[in-house]
Amino acid sequence: MSIFEYNGSALIAMVGKNCFAIASDRRLGVQLQTIATDFQRIYKIHDRLFLGLSGLATDAQTLYQRLVFRHKLYQLREERDMKPETFASLVSAVLYEKRFGPYFCQPVIAGLGEEDKPFICTMDSIGAKELAKDFVVAGTASESLYGACEAMFKPDMEAEELFETISQALLSSVDRDCLSGWGGHVYVITPTEVKERILKGRMD
Amino acid sequence: MGDSQYSFSLTTFSPSGKLVQIEHALTAVGSGQTSLGIKAANGVVIATEKKLPSILVDESSVQKIQTLTPNIGVVYSGMGPDFRVLVRKSWKQAEQYHRLYKEPIPVTQLVREIAAVMQEFTQSGGVRPFGVSLLVAGFDDNGPQLYQVDPSGSYFSWKASAMGKNVSNAKTFLEKRYTDDMELDDAVHTSILTLKEGFEGQISGKNIEIGIIGADKQFRVLTPAEIEDYLAEVE
Repeated sequence: MSIFEYNGSALIAMVGKNCFAIASDRRLGVQLQTIATDFQRIYKIHDRLFLGLSGLATDAQTLYQRLVFRHKLYQLREERDMKPETFASLVSAVLYEKRFGPYFCQPVIAGLGEEDKPFICTMDSIGAKELAKDFVVAGTASESLYGACEAMFKPDMEAEELFETISQALLSSVDRDCLSGWGGHVYVITPTEVKERILKGRMD
Repeated sequence: MGDSQYSFSLTTFSPSGKLVQIEHALTAVGSGQTSLGIKAANGVVIATEKKLPSILVDESSVQKIQTLTPNIGVVYSGMGPDFRVLVRKSWKQAEQYHRLYKEPIPVTQLVREIAAVMQEFTQSGGVRPFGVSLLVAGFDDNGPQLYQVDPSGSYFSWKASAMGKNVSNAKTFLEKRYTDDMELDDAVHTSILTLKEGFEGQISGKNIEIGIIGADKQFRVLTPAEIEDYLAEVE
């Protein structure tokens, strides 16, 4: 079994009309055994920037701590929050520093940039950025996720419709993957509010 | 006792609480050629005298105003070679920031880094402080900005400032002439008039240097021909 599949994970981020959504599954496993059903994969960096980390859970936690540290220093020095594009460049640089002994994570970054324009991107474990205009996926269920998102995505969805779409895409894909699932965790972010919701799916 | 007993060592405080070497560095700055900067409502201008030691020097090879990033420029008073070292370090700092964040460095951050370098040289063994004060002019998301950085590593934001030989006259002149709603062109005229105040000899496009940055956020040094045009307007 590959090191990326040790813990199991599923992540999606999707762009809507002046809003975005980021969703993950909730399973933490050790190969075939399920250890936790409330594992947090999506972290808030600031009110308009969220980071999802799939892959090896220990690396995800450590990487998150390092990035929050860098962002807090940035906030203190520059007296402002990081733009999503800037944060993505930072994550890419941090990952490439470990080029020959990498973090076994695939990050998904989603945020609202200048003039409330949604920004999403993903990258591989050594920092190759992949920007997208519609959706990005990561994790053990990524192949199913690609298919589900491609089929269900429409451009310029409002927040409520975006929530429905991302939830359906997530739940249907993790059902085809034994290593991810046990519910879902969805954040929908608009310029005015952040809505966090827990999904109940097939609990297996 | 007296301060002079402590003037040899940079890293020793004198009994009166001063670092005498830094005082001496400021004296070196104060005997350098006059330079000044003015922050207008829509840009910043920095200018300096460019008095060369002989008429045989090729004045086009001397560049006292340097570009640190496309939207930040700098001028100095004091020792030219020390200035070149600081410019090289600033170029590197700005590029490192860009490599990390893929974003141009904000003016305040670059000034902070330059000041940190200058402070290092006031607290290390075997080195001396830089014999320059810098005027950093930039235009970023926070608008036009003008900063002065001293040999001690302290930095200040100014609306208008001067350094070097003629500093007190120049500052008095600027205090009288400065208005908050000045446009960039007015600021260039004012800077020429301020330089003229203490200028020995005939001022021309070849013996002063002017750098401007406007709302286009592109710092550039004016050509001697452009300076001559401004001089003609001022006459």
